[in-house]
Amino acid sequence: MLGFDISRLPQTEDDIDFSDIESKYQVPYEEGFDTIIVVDNVPIVDESKQDKLLKFIKKIFKNAGDIKENGINMPMDADPATGKLASKGYLFIEFETPEQASLAIKNYDNYSMDKTHCLAVNRFTDVEKYSVIEEEYKEPEEEKFVEKEHLRSWLTDPQARDQFVLYRGDDVSIFWNKKAEPPEEEHKRVNWTETYVQWSPLGTYLATFHRQGIALWGGPSWNKIIRFVHPGVKLIDFSPNERFLVTWSNESISLGPNGGIGSPFGPEDEGHQIIIWDVLTGNLLRSFPSSTSTDGAPNKITWPMFKWSPSDKYFARVTPKQQISVYETPSMGLVGKKSIKVEGVEDFEWAPASDKKEKQNASDKKNSEEMLSYWTPEIGNQPARVTLLNIPSKEIIRTRNLVNVKDCKMHWQSNGDFLCVKIDRHTKTKKSTFANLEIFRVLEKDIPVEVIEVKDTVIAFAWEPKGERFAIITTNDPNYGQSTQGVRTNVSFYYLEKPKPGKGGDKVSTANFKLIKTLEKKTSNAIYWSPRGRHVILATLRSTAVFDLEFWDLDFDTIGDQKEGSKNDPAASIQLMSTQEHYGVTDIEWDPTGRYVITSASFWRHSMENGYSLWDFKGTLLQKQLLDKFKQLLWRPRPKSLLSSEAKKKIKKNIRDYSKAFEEEDALAQTSVSKELLAHRRRLVDEWNAWRKRVEKELAEEKERAGVQIIPRRYDDEKVEMIEEWIEEVVEETEEIVED
Amino acid sequence: MVRHTRSLTQIKYNREGDLLFSVSKDHVVNAWYSHNGERLGTYNGHVGAIWTVDVNSTSSLLLTGSADNNVKLWEVETGNCLHTWEFKTAVKRVAFSEDDSMALFVTEQRMGFPGTVAIYSIENDVDAKQSDEPITTIIPEGSKAMVSDWGYLNKYIITGHENGAISQYDWKTGEKIKSIHPHTDVITDLQMSEDRTYFITSSKDKSAQIFESSTLIPLKKYITDAPLNSASITPIQEFVILGGGQDAMQVTTTTMRQGKFECRFWHKIFEEEVGRVKGHFGPINTIAVHPDGKSFSSGGEDGYVRVHHFDEDYFKFKYPEL
Repeated sequence: MLGFDISRLPQTEDDIDFSDIESKYQVPYEEGFDTIIVVDNVPIVDESKQDKLLKFIKKIFKNAGDIKENGINMPMDADPATGKLASKGYLFIEFETPEQASLAIKNYDNYSMDKTHCLAVNRFTDVEKYSVIEEEYKEPEEEKFVEKEHLRSWLTDPQARDQFVLYRGDDVSIFWNKKAEPPEEEHKRVNWTETYVQWSPLGTYLATFHRQGIALWGGPSWNKIIRFVHPGVKLIDFSPNERFLVTWSNESISLGPNGGIGSPFGPEDEGHQIIIWDVLTGNLLRSFPSSTSTDGAPNKITWPMFKWSPSDKYFARVTPKQQISVYETPSMGLVGKKSIKVEGVEDFEWAPASDKKEKQNASDKKNSEEMLSYWTPEIGNQPARVTLLNIPSKEIIRTRNLVNVKDCKMHWQSNGDFLCVKIDRHTKTKKSTFANLEIFRVLEKDIPVEVIEVKDTVIAFAWEPKGERFAIITTNDPNYGQSTQGVRTNVSFYYLEKPKPGKGGDKVSTANFKLIKTLEKKTSNAIYWSPRGRHVILATLRSTAVFDLEFWDLDFDTIGDQKEGSKNDPAASIQLMSTQEHYGVTDIEWDPTGRYVITSASFWRHSMENGYSLWDFKGTLLQKQLLDKFKQLLWRPRPKSLLSSEAKKKIKKNIRDYSKAFEEEDALAQTSVSKELLAHRRRLVDEWNAWRKRVEKELAEEKERAGVQIIPRRYDDEKVEMIEEWIEEVVEETEEIVED
Repeated sequence: MVRHTRSLTQIKYNREGDLLFSVSKDHVVNAWYSHNGERLGTYNGHVGAIWTVDVNSTSSLLLTGSADNNVKLWEVETGNCLHTWEFKTAVKRVAFSEDDSMALFVTEQRMGFPGTVAIYSIENDVDAKQSDEPITTIIPEGSKAMVSDWGYLNKYIITGHENGAISQYDWKTGEKIKSIHPHTDVITDLQMSEDRTYFITSSKDKSAQIFESSTLIPLKKYITDAPLNSASITPIQEFVILGGGQDAMQVTTTTMRQGKFECRFWHKIFEEEVGRVKGHFGPINTIAVHPDGKSFSSGGEDGYVRVHHFDEDYFKFKYPEL
C-alpha cells in the first residue's frame, strides 16, 4: 500500500473517516420507498372490523406480488365525535420489490372494491412529491409569439429569378440564377449537410441530412425551421403538399437505456424504421416497421416506400405479392381498417391530381375519390392484370387482363388524364423482349384502352407534362443492358389525334395516339421534357464516350397562328434546335419554369470535369462552371401558380407588352454589370501599375546605390522587334548579291 | 521537337532568346535554335536524369544539375564540360545570380542527407578554375527546398518548399529573413519576373501565385482545376502561362481530355483565364517564355518540347475599353 503510514493510524474507530463509504452506499430516499404504495378510498372501519378489512386487502394485493411481513399499515385515530379508534380511509402496503409495487398500481388503481369504494392506488413517493406542490396556481408564462419568416419569400423576387442549391465539397450554397452572369450567392454554409440535400416538393423547405436526423431550413434568413430526430436517416419523402414527411433509416429505432425519454419515440416505435412526421408541428405521427415478405425476410427497400395520393389525404405502400395498405391522414389509420389483399401485387401508382377532376370534386363533394392503379403478374391460370381502383371506396373501376407479361411499368400523365402501361413481353423465342404500350384514357366513359405495339425494347418513356404527347426511346440492339457502350436507339414521338368531327356533329370517338416522328440511329437514352411541355432534351447519360444533348422543339412553327399547317403534318413542327455536348454529364435538371436547364457532372459518379453548365431551352450555352468536388445541384421547385387560367390567358395575350419591360431591365442589368466589371478591371490595372512604378523606382534607386549600371529593359520597344524581323530579309538580299 | 526519349524536366531560354536549352530524364542536355527548332548540339556527360539547367547572361556558360549527384558547368559554344561539383544527393535546381558571379544549387533530401541550398561563386571565364568550396550552405528547416532563385542585386534568395512554404534567405549568412505559407502542396516551380521584383510560383495545390520579391506579399492568385507543374510570366502582354496536369502516375488510367494537359493563359492582373493551348499528350512539366515575349516553349512528360509563336492577334489583344 503506497502512502500507508503505520505511525499515523487512528486511535479509535470513531476517528476513522467513513464519509466516503457512507456516501457511496447511501440508500437514496426515493429508492428506499419505491416498494411502498398508498391505497386510498378504503372503507373507514373501527377496530372491530380492522382485521377483516386487512385480510380482504391482503387478498386483493397478493395477486400483485409478495407483501412484506407486517407490510400493511393502516393508521388509526380516535374519532373526535365518538372517541373510538377508527381508520382514516387509507393504508400503506410494502412489497418486496419496486416492480411488484408498480404492478399493484397498474392493476388496482381504480379497482372497485365494492359498490361505493373504488380504490386509488399511488406510489408513496408520488404522494410525497405531489403534496409539496405549491397550493397556489401559477399561470405559466406565456411564450412570446415570434412571427415566422415568410417561407415563400423567394417567389417575390422582382425579376422572378429561380434559385438553386449547390453542394460542392463540404459547402452548400443557395444561388440565384442570373443567366449568363455568374450566379449570385444568397446563402452559404460549410458542412450544412452530411450526405445530400433535398427540396420539399413546393420549394418551401430545404432538407439537410445529419446523423441524428433531418433538419428543414427556409425563409430569407435560411434559419432552421424544424428538426426531426431519426438516427441514421438515409431517405426522406415529402407528401405532395408538404404536410407530411416520411423518413427511413436503416437502423431500427431503439429506445436505449432510459426508455426513450428525451426522444420523440415511445415503446410502440421500437424496432421501426420508417416514421411519418407532421412538417408543421414536428410531431411524430406514426412509425412503421419495414415491410417483410411472407417468409419474414425483409423486402428490398424501394423508395418512396409510401406513395402519397395527390391531395395528401391518403398514403399507401405495397407489400409485394401480398397486399396494398392504404392509410388515411390525419388519423394515420388504415382506410376501412384493413389492407387491400391483392394476391401477387407487384406495384401500384396513384393517379396524379387532375385539373378537370378537381372542378368536378368541388361541385360534387361526395365524389372525392382518388384513384390508384396496380398490376399483378400471371399466377397459375390467372392472367396478368392491371386494375384501377378508387380510394376510399375501394371500388374497382377498370381491369384489363394481359397475357405473356414479363414486366409492367405504369406511367401516369401529369394531369392523370392518361395512364400508359408499358408491358414488356418475351418474343416467341424468349430471347429478347418487345413492348406494348397500353394507354388507358381515364377521362372518357368506361375508360377505353388503346394498344400501341412497339417492335423493340422500350428503354425510356415520358409523357409531355400536362400534354397529350409522349416520347419513347427504343432499341433493338442485342447489346442493350450488357455493355456500357452506347447502344443505337430510336426516339419516337406520339400524339393524340383529335377526333374528326363526324357527320351531323356526332362525336366519333376515334381519338387515337399516332406516331408523329421517329428519329433513327441516336445514342440518346434519356428523355427530359421541359416542365412546361413543348421542349424536350434527349440526352445520352451514363455512357463513357458519348455525351450528347439534343434540344428539340415540338411546336416549332406553331408560334403565331399557323395551327392549320401543324394539324396537317405534326411531324413538320418537330424541330431540332441544337445539338450540344457536355463532357461527363450525369444529371439534367430543368428549372421549374422551363426556361433554363442545368446539366451537371457530379463527383459522386466520377471525378472528371465536375461542374455544371447552364443552358436556355434553345440549347444555347449560357455558362459553364467547373467546380472541384461538385456533388449536387437542385433547382428550387415552385408551388402551383395561384393565377386562374383566365388570368394566364390574359398575360399570354399581352406578352409583348410585358416582355418589353423585361427586355429593358435585362439590357440595363447587362450594362451596369459590364460597367462594374470594367471599373473593377481598371482599378486592378491602376493598382498594378502603381505598384510597378513604386517597385521599379525602388529598384532603380537601389541599383544606383549599389553602383550597378542600369540596364534598360530589353525588347520592350516595338522598334526593336521590327529590326529583328528586318535582319532576316537582309540575309536574303545578300544571297542575291552573291548570285550577281 | 522530339529529341528527348524521356520526360522533360526544365527548359530555359538564354538572355537573347535565340537559344533554348532543355534537359530531360534521358541524361541529355539539348541546345536548340529557338526560332526554328533546329538542334544546335547536345551536352553529354551526365549519367542520371537531369533535373535542371541554367545559362548565364552572356550565353557562355551553362549549368546543369542531375540525379547523378553532380552539377556540371559547360561551355555553351563547344559543349566541353568545364567543371563538376559533386554532392551527396541529386541536384534539383540550379540558378545563376543576376550578375552571373554566383550560382545556387538546390540538393535533394535523401539517404540521411538533408536537403541544402548551396551558393558557389562562379568565374565567368571559360579557362578559369572554379572553386569547389561553397560560399554558404543553407539547410532549410522543416520542409526541404524544391525550387529557388535569386532576388535582384543578389540581395537574397527565394526558396519554395515541399510543404508549400516560401522563404527568403540571406545567402551570405544563411539566415532566414522571411517565410510565408501560401500553398497547401508542393511548390513545383518558381520563376522571376524580368527585373526580379516579383516572382510566380506554381504548386500541386492547383494554384499559382505572384509575390513581391522583397516583402513576399502575395499580389495575385490563379486557381485552376489541375495540379500545376510550371508557371511563367510573359513580357509585353500582361499574361502568365500555367502548365500542369494530373500526376504522371495516373495518366495511363485517364483519357487525354481529363488530363488537362494544356498550357493555360491567365491575365496577370485580372486573374482571369483567357485561353488554352493544347498539344501535349502528357502533363506539362516546364514552361519558359522567350525574353522578348514573342514565343514560348513547353516541355512535357511526353518527351516533347513545343515551341509556340504568338500570332499578331496575341499582341493586339486587349481587354475592351482599357
